Amino acid sequence: MFREITLGQYYLADSPIHRLDPRVKLLGTFVYILSLFLFRDVVGFAVVTVFLVCVIRSSKVPFSYMVKGLKAILVLMVVTALFNLFLTPGDRVLFSYGILKITLEGVKNAGFMLVRLIYLIVGTSVMTLTTTPNQLTDGLEKALMPLSKVKVPVHSIAMIMSIALRFIPILIEETDIIMKAQTARGADFENGNLVKRTKAMVPLLVPLFVSAFRRADDLAMAMEARCYMGGAGRTKMKPLRYRKEDFKGYLVLAAYFGGIVLWRVFGG
Amino acid sequence: MSLILDKVSYVYSEGTAYERWALKNINLKLEDGEFIGIIGHTGSGKSTLIQHFNGLIKATSGGIYFNGRDIYEEDYDKRELRTQVGLVFQYPEHQLFETTIFDDVCFGPINQGLSKNEAGLRAFEALRSVGMPEKLYYQSPFDLSGGQKRRVAIAGVLAMKPKMLILDEPTAGLDPKGRDEILDLIAAMHKERNMTVVLVSHSMEDVAKYVERMIVMNDGEIMYDGTPGEVFLHYKELEAVGLAAPQVTYLMHELKEQGLPVNSAATTVEEAMESILKAFR
Repeated sequence: MFREITLGQYYLADSPIHRLDPRVKLLGTFVYILSLFLFRDVVGFAVVTVFLVCVIRSSKVPFSYMVKGLKAILVLMVVTALFNLFLTPGDRVLFSYGILKITLEGVKNAGFMLVRLIYLIVGTSVMTLTTTPNQLTDGLEKALMPLSKVKVPVHSIAMIMSIALRFIPILIEETDIIMKAQTARGADFENGNLVKRTKAMVPLLVPLFVSAFRRADDLAMAMEARCYMGGAGRTKMKPLRYRKEDFKGYLVLAAYFGGIVLWRVFGG
Repeated sequence: MSLILDKVSYVYSEGTAYERWALKNINLKLEDGEFIGIIGHTGSGKSTLIQHFNGLIKATSGGIYFNGRDIYEEDYDKRELRTQVGLVFQYPEHQLFETTIFDDVCFGPINQGLSKNEAGLRAFEALRSVGMPEKLYYQSPFDLSGGQKRRVAIAGVLAMKPKMLILDEPTAGLDPKGRDEILDLIAAMHKERNMTVVLVSHSMEDVAKYVERMIVMNDGEIMYDGTPGEVFLHYKELEAVGLAAPQVTYLMHELKEQGLPVNSAATTVEEAMESILKAFR
């Protein structure tokens, strides 16, 4: 059951997006998210759509992979759409029944909110699908390095993140095995009421925590045995360096974001 | 009491780029009271195979019949099947969770629907049969040594009184003494209770010493199925797929090539000794 989780799963391929420096992709995702909340009309929506489609096309990741993440927020999407649909005040009433009222503004709001949510998930999954967790934390570490001047432990944060990410698949697998092992001893994780099912989690969670602590202990020991002393004076085997393509990436981003902002300020 | 696998295949991550056939068209019949060894290198499909035996994994295609009944039938009681076919996972001590050893062993019987008293009786019996000293019963399982933890975990499955016991690498990570103790324990179970035992292992020596029938898995398929003596005659083919025969096999083949009339199908040190002595007589 846990094998279906795709959030943060890397899709191996060789594409211009995969080859981009993670810092470009991080900033790109940030700018993209901002742009999602800047557009107000169909023109802005069209620009964002074209940008997203181009990026997805050039990433060579099958579209179905990005849609998978949407399942997780289906409830959120429905609730958001309903709230916007019924609770947006407006003059042009399309439909009313008792206290329920749907206005033209409500339909518009609900539509845009829904599109924003979908684009948010699909767009951010482009980054996680084309960037390995290690590249991502490397990029984050380098991008946030200036903060270490004001005593922010950037290296430690990046190290914690990369270890945490590294252990997600391991812990998922472990959960799967423990679940199967307890099922083999007659445990039932699927049936019964809430109390019963919560109780059934004990034989799963206790071994999982024990093993997580054991792994953490072992890892700390192994790191110390290799003289890990934190970030000071540490160099990288493959340091991040910008290439020509990365600057092109920044240019594209600047043009895209500039366009969105200008349209927001002067257009429409 | 028999378990039949009919053309069982299993695919991981079907329909994605990571699609992989873990099992390909497996036909197998396990008879009552057999002592079977399954060997194969990592990724050969042996762990996937044994998880089919008690219905933890559903085959992508093919059927499994326990005592003549299709376990994939709608109304088949999977829980009952799991008490009949006990499965001990690799590193079973990682699944201990209760505050005392005794309570942990009771977990299976209580899930079977037995009363507290009955479950306690089963737990006593199981703990005694794996040789746990009684003074430890009410201690935390997390305070035990590795070998002891493993015995407790095995007792946890034995307490359900399965008719068939499957063990996935029961000796992994144990020292030679712990390994021999566990294997002797399993052999004794087989003899005394006439339990069907399936032992999954890497070690040819272990398997050769104890089992009566050997199944060699390679790349999701059954490569050989026979007595250890028969299987190890193919020691060259076994090597080609990353396995090896017991060292004794090599010695006996070497001796035979040099002209000594020994039985090259000997798989244990004792058999080999007898055969060599006989050749000199």
